[in-house]
Amino acid sequence: MASHYEAPIRRPLVTGEKSYHDVTLDVVKPVEGKANKQWWIVFSIALLAFLYGLGCMIYTVTNGIGTWGLNKTIGWSWDITNFVWWVGIGHAGTLISAVLLLFRQKWRMAINRSAEAMTIFAVVQAGLFPIIHMGRPWLAYWVLPIPNQFGSLWVNFNSPLLWDVFAISTYLSVSLVFWWTGLLPDFAMIRDRATRPFQKKIYALLSFGWSGRAKDWQRFEEVSLVLAGLATPLVLSVHTIVSFDFATSVIPGWHTTIFPPYFVAGAIFSGFAMVNTLLIIMRKVCNLEDYITVQHIELMNIVIMITGSIVGVAYITELFIAWYSGVEYEQYAFLNRATGPYAWAYWSMMTCNVFSPQFMWFKKLRTSIMFSFFISIVVNIGMWFERFVIIVTSLHRDYLPSSWTMFSPTFVDIGIFIGTIGFFFVLFLLYSRTFPVIAQAEVKTILKSSGERYKNIREAGKSLSGTGSDARTSGDKSKNTKQ
Amino acid sequence: MSSNKKYWKSVGELSQDNSSVVEALKHKEFVEEIPVDEFLGDDKTMESSSTTRRDFLKYVGFSTAAASLAACEGPVTKSIPYVVQPEQIIPGVANFYATSIANGYDFASILVKTREGRPIKIENNTMASTNGTANARVHASVLDLYDSLRLANPKKGEADISWTELEAEVIQKLKTLQASGKEIVLLTQTFASPSTAKLIAEFTEAYGNVRHVVYDAVSESAALDAFEKRYGVRALANYDFSKATTIVGVGADFLGDWQGGGYDCEYANGRIPQDGKMSRHIQFESNMTLSGANADKRVPLKPSEQKVVLAKLYSKITGTSVAGKLSPYLEDAVEKTASELNKAKGNAVLVCGLDDVEAQTVTLAINEALGSKAFDTKTPSMIRQGDDKAVSALVADMKAGKVGGIIMCGVNPMYTLPNANEFAEGLARTELSLTFTMKQDETALKTQYAAAAPHYLESWGDVEMKKGHYSLMQPTIRPLFDTKQFQDVLLALLGKTLTYHDYIKANWKDSILSGSKWGQALHDGVFVSEANDKTALIDPASDANAAARSLAATPMASGYELILYPKTGMGDGQQANNPWLQEFPDPLSRITWDNYLTVSEADAKDIGLYLAPSDFFTESSHEATGGLNGKYAKLTVNGASVTAPVIIQPGQAKGTFGLSFGYGKKEAMKIEMQTGVSAYPLYANFNAVQDVTIAPVDGRHEFAAVQLHNTLMGRGDIIKETTLEIFNTKKSSHWNPIPVVSLNHQETPVTDPRVDLWDEFDRSIGHHFQLSIDLNACTGCGACVIACHAENNVPVVGKEEIRRSRDMHWLRIDRYYSSEDTFEGDNEKKDGFSGLSGDNGSLGGFVDMEAPSANPQVAFQPIMCQHCNHAPCETVCPVAATSHGRQGQNHMAYNRCVGTRYCANNCPYKVRRFNWFLYNGNDEFDYFMNDDLGRMVLNPDVTVRSRGVMEKCSFCIQSTQAVILKAKREGRPVAKGEFNDACACSAACGSGAMRFGDVNEEGSPISELIKDDRAYHLLEHVGVKPNVVYQVKVRNTNEA
Repeated sequence: MASHYEAPIRRPLVTGEKSYHDVTLDVVKPVEGKANKQWWIVFSIALLAFLYGLGCMIYTVTNGIGTWGLNKTIGWSWDITNFVWWVGIGHAGTLISAVLLLFRQKWRMAINRSAEAMTIFAVVQAGLFPIIHMGRPWLAYWVLPIPNQFGSLWVNFNSPLLWDVFAISTYLSVSLVFWWTGLLPDFAMIRDRATRPFQKKIYALLSFGWSGRAKDWQRFEEVSLVLAGLATPLVLSVHTIVSFDFATSVIPGWHTTIFPPYFVAGAIFSGFAMVNTLLIIMRKVCNLEDYITVQHIELMNIVIMITGSIVGVAYITELFIAWYSGVEYEQYAFLNRATGPYAWAYWSMMTCNVFSPQFMWFKKLRTSIMFSFFISIVVNIGMWFERFVIIVTSLHRDYLPSSWTMFSPTFVDIGIFIGTIGFFFVLFLLYSRTFPVIAQAEVKTILKSSGERYKNIREAGKSLSGTGSDARTSGDKSKNTKQ
Repeated sequence: MSSNKKYWKSVGELSQDNSSVVEALKHKEFVEEIPVDEFLGDDKTMESSSTTRRDFLKYVGFSTAAASLAACEGPVTKSIPYVVQPEQIIPGVANFYATSIANGYDFASILVKTREGRPIKIENNTMASTNGTANARVHASVLDLYDSLRLANPKKGEADISWTELEAEVIQKLKTLQASGKEIVLLTQTFASPSTAKLIAEFTEAYGNVRHVVYDAVSESAALDAFEKRYGVRALANYDFSKATTIVGVGADFLGDWQGGGYDCEYANGRIPQDGKMSRHIQFESNMTLSGANADKRVPLKPSEQKVVLAKLYSKITGTSVAGKLSPYLEDAVEKTASELNKAKGNAVLVCGLDDVEAQTVTLAINEALGSKAFDTKTPSMIRQGDDKAVSALVADMKAGKVGGIIMCGVNPMYTLPNANEFAEGLARTELSLTFTMKQDETALKTQYAAAAPHYLESWGDVEMKKGHYSLMQPTIRPLFDTKQFQDVLLALLGKTLTYHDYIKANWKDSILSGSKWGQALHDGVFVSEANDKTALIDPASDANAAARSLAATPMASGYELILYPKTGMGDGQQANNPWLQEFPDPLSRITWDNYLTVSEADAKDIGLYLAPSDFFTESSHEATGGLNGKYAKLTVNGASVTAPVIIQPGQAKGTFGLSFGYGKKEAMKIEMQTGVSAYPLYANFNAVQDVTIAPVDGRHEFAAVQLHNTLMGRGDIIKETTLEIFNTKKSSHWNPIPVVSLNHQETPVTDPRVDLWDEFDRSIGHHFQLSIDLNACTGCGACVIACHAENNVPVVGKEEIRRSRDMHWLRIDRYYSSEDTFEGDNEKKDGFSGLSGDNGSLGGFVDMEAPSANPQVAFQPIMCQHCNHAPCETVCPVAATSHGRQGQNHMAYNRCVGTRYCANNCPYKVRRFNWFLYNGNDEFDYFMNDDLGRMVLNPDVTVRSRGVMEKCSFCIQSTQAVILKAKREGRPVAKGEFNDACACSAACGSGAMRFGDVNEEGSPISELIKDDRAYHLLEHVGVKPNVVYQVKVRNTNEA
């Protein structure tokens, strides 16, 4: 029968000949099942890290920012480095779910749920820093334009920090809504399967009364599209605005017009790396290899390679412009970055961000799961250093040499950073045990549940009769009633 | 005032209908009846209620008792108003009193600002013609008044004693001593006080066998001896450097504390180029000093070479021939200097700081030979009287048991004497030992009696700083403790009942005022009597010739020479418990909370005291936090040894070391202030120059420096400088160009409005404040730093925090060393970089420029908030806590600040200071803001900042506002000149380097200064439009 020419079709996005029910079962398994030992171990470590970080935050708030390593010259360091790092990581989720939705990249379906969860959790970490880095965090609400009785006091709309407040909060709320919208049919699925009343109640609440009617689906589609349209500019705007914190200043090394595109590329770069880090572990732990396939990892590696190269071009452009500008302060700032006391940080950044992604040109490497995981970690480290380099090396030697000094973190700086990593993983681990980690409703739309199987049966020369039903869904009646 | 207006109470009143309610309301509070009777009359409801009358009363009783008991717990802070309001004290208005400081080391006529009866700040007495400017230590002295470790009452041994008992016992002992014929010694500081001198004479007369020994901790005895021998008066020659066009210093830090100090203002006068002229200053010295840093030419050499240089200069000026050999380099320097001196003749002056009578004699002779106009023997300086020989003799006599009783005042020999142990032995052998002291210091612990002395702000006194130039000291506050001053006790010991105040008054009327009014003199604080010069040259030049020959024959020291010097911030060490001074960055090293051995880089490498600038794997000069590290060295002089931390001092003459006095004090000191090492044990024979042996010691010392990078990196636009020749011959656009930016491919000055991002306001209306800083006049003395500290309640943060680069000074004086021989050389080197690597590449080149040259040029630049009209800090604050004032100030609203520190990051000048911790009311920072006594120094006009807020220079807005409010209260416009120098820094600046004022006031000095050819803005190219303007530094490099 194979006489006609069969055009090479796209590789299947879901492997393992899954039926619709298989998808349901695979997705719901971590939620309905019990946590294993590993989960508890990892969760305990994350929780400890979080609690340690929380302790450091409380210590900071009770004693003052003096507990950090900052000084008169370097007013920001790990705080804003961590902030930008986490915001950057938060970029991949929206890019995957919104931009790829608009571009109809269906491979996103297997990863968008977790990528967006990562986004939200990362933005939560990021949001902590602008608050705790304040000298008087209890007055943090003063950065919001709330009508007040302090006189005619209003926020300063000229300040990029204020733009940050709006950008981050908008991003968080839109991402949250978008994420939750996608979650509704999946929560409803868990609700419908739930046997314990408490669980049923909770998921009923979470699914906002999703009924699965055609009207529900129609609205779901429309809202998804509208939100994708809304979220797409946010992907560009958030990190653009974060970059304004630096770009609009007068400090050599900060005052750079290249920052918005450079920051956005860097954010996508680090976001995809973090997605890779998380999903490579998750597909293994939750047995989701059929959904998050090597193909997904490969595609993400390609994005990492491209954005990494963009970032590399940006680094070199900065150096070129510094030389070309003829401004001695600018020139020294970049010379000092590359050769000064923090050269080790600069070259760590260069190695991690520019050189390491170039390995992804090789198919063998970009389809290797272990290597991808390794590079994803390297990129995350590199992107942290990028922000550290921008912030600290620009500040520590700026205009007047008399104020030049150095920065060294204290245990509190380090503790808070570890704490946010812990907090992030606490949230992510809880999520992986309670949320449908794959957008099963969407994945089912790309499932080739019949064609491939029937083709195989036919090619094997077997009869197709009696194969229309799946034993697990429609076969055995007694099994059905049991459920 | 009566009014027949009618007010309506409700809208209902206005409408015609519905009048019943309105009518009812007019008569009753409520429209409806309150059913009181109905409620109380209903017995049934009342009876069915579960609350009985007894219960009700119980509750009332309990709650009243509970409420009143709770009220008892509240803290009671008594604030008692004046029963009779003093006429002068108006809350919120400062009173100023003229007084003088004369603590044996610092002598100055000053004004004291008091608020609500508390002295809070020292200011210059502009009426004083002599020593009218306060240095950093004098500015800080107000805090010594509120030192919590002051001796609160007289003590006999460990026990407290009353003044009457003490006086009775002392009189008893004195009488016994008088009877037994044993000697009574008064060992005192230099008082330079006519009344005290008279009183001591009376005391001597009354008790017979009395010896008065004057002891200066840091001695000028050699200069005094030389002057006395030559002019018959024990005094010091007076110099007016403003009259000199050629100034030569030989080992004399005359901008520092040389011969009592106070010469910097006149020096600065001559340094401001006027009509194309400024003075030329050549300095021969070993340590890098303020004078050397300000010199046009600095020649580093050993002290033994200084003597030969001096002799040779003498020979070249007078024509006497002397022997002696010098290196070709020094020979050349001497040749050129002598020719310049000879050319300038009467306009030249030479000063010398060697503790050597011959050297001082030669110095006097040189100035005589030159006919120097700046050299004045008619009104010599009286502020140093100490006699080394007398002190040495006294110690020997005490040890021999020849001294029966000793009364000390203003001295702490147990700390300052090199042979303190011998003194202690001698002290033990006296029958009476009494010391007047503000602290239970080293000496007070060894004497029988410690008499609690008042601070000078609680005392009466008079000073004759220069012959015929008198100054009065008056109390500005009632004594805080049970103290009594030395002179009052002397009067009591003489059995007199009058007070020292009356005594001074009588003495002045008799012998000083000659008809002038006492009240006026007291008001002015100063009085100049008609010159009664008795000084005359007694001895012809013959002995100078001999002295010069002897000097020329000085053998060259084969080993290392140590030069002990007083540090700008600490002087002789009597103010060591003063946190402002401990945290005061040394003008040269910019190190706080320490003294150290200054060593040249070459010597450090030889001896093994050198730490490489940066190295990952071994010890390096800086830590990851930037903190400066140093090694230790053990110094031995005549068997006495001291271990001190080492810094590499650019400009230190090879073969010499410097170590400052004033540190290493332990008694009556807070633990945090017990810093550094004492140099006094090495001060053998009261000679500041000693032959020394040195050995490295294991260990690493952590310094707290406020400036970690020492060179300017070729950034010539930060400190613009030029030479006098170029200044005189070229246009200002050549040596003070305005930076340009490209606009449509046209080079456009950055001051052009077309390249401005912002719309300019009209700033010509109302007041607009600006500050001008003349880099030529600024000597780097640091008086402004402490004045700012005092005025603005700047916290002290301690050594650990300074080491973390968290100093809080609102005003700092940046000090730069050149990396090449000159700053011009730096600029040329940087401009000559080509490519990255290679000999001339910028990679290695910038690394080279991080290290100062061995004998660098030095530049000082005071920096405070520049109050930019287009301030980068203002745009980035999310809550608008910092914003621009209509009068040019960049405001900082502390209570609006949330502490993001964005403003500090975006400040190109890095002048913003963050409150990392709560610095007041915090046990961790036990300095002055944390005890009730220390807090009394706080300026009530300035907020004490809380944790987590940013702070910075405000252009002393409280002072400019006070001027405006005063004018407003008096119903007049602000008068001309009223704003001039309203800022604490410019008011403290005696050299005229800082001038503050209203540029919109026609004819004000500042309105002229901003238009000066030398005026430039710091980092003008950034376009932030600062309100602080600097004046280009001009160096007089003309070798005549």
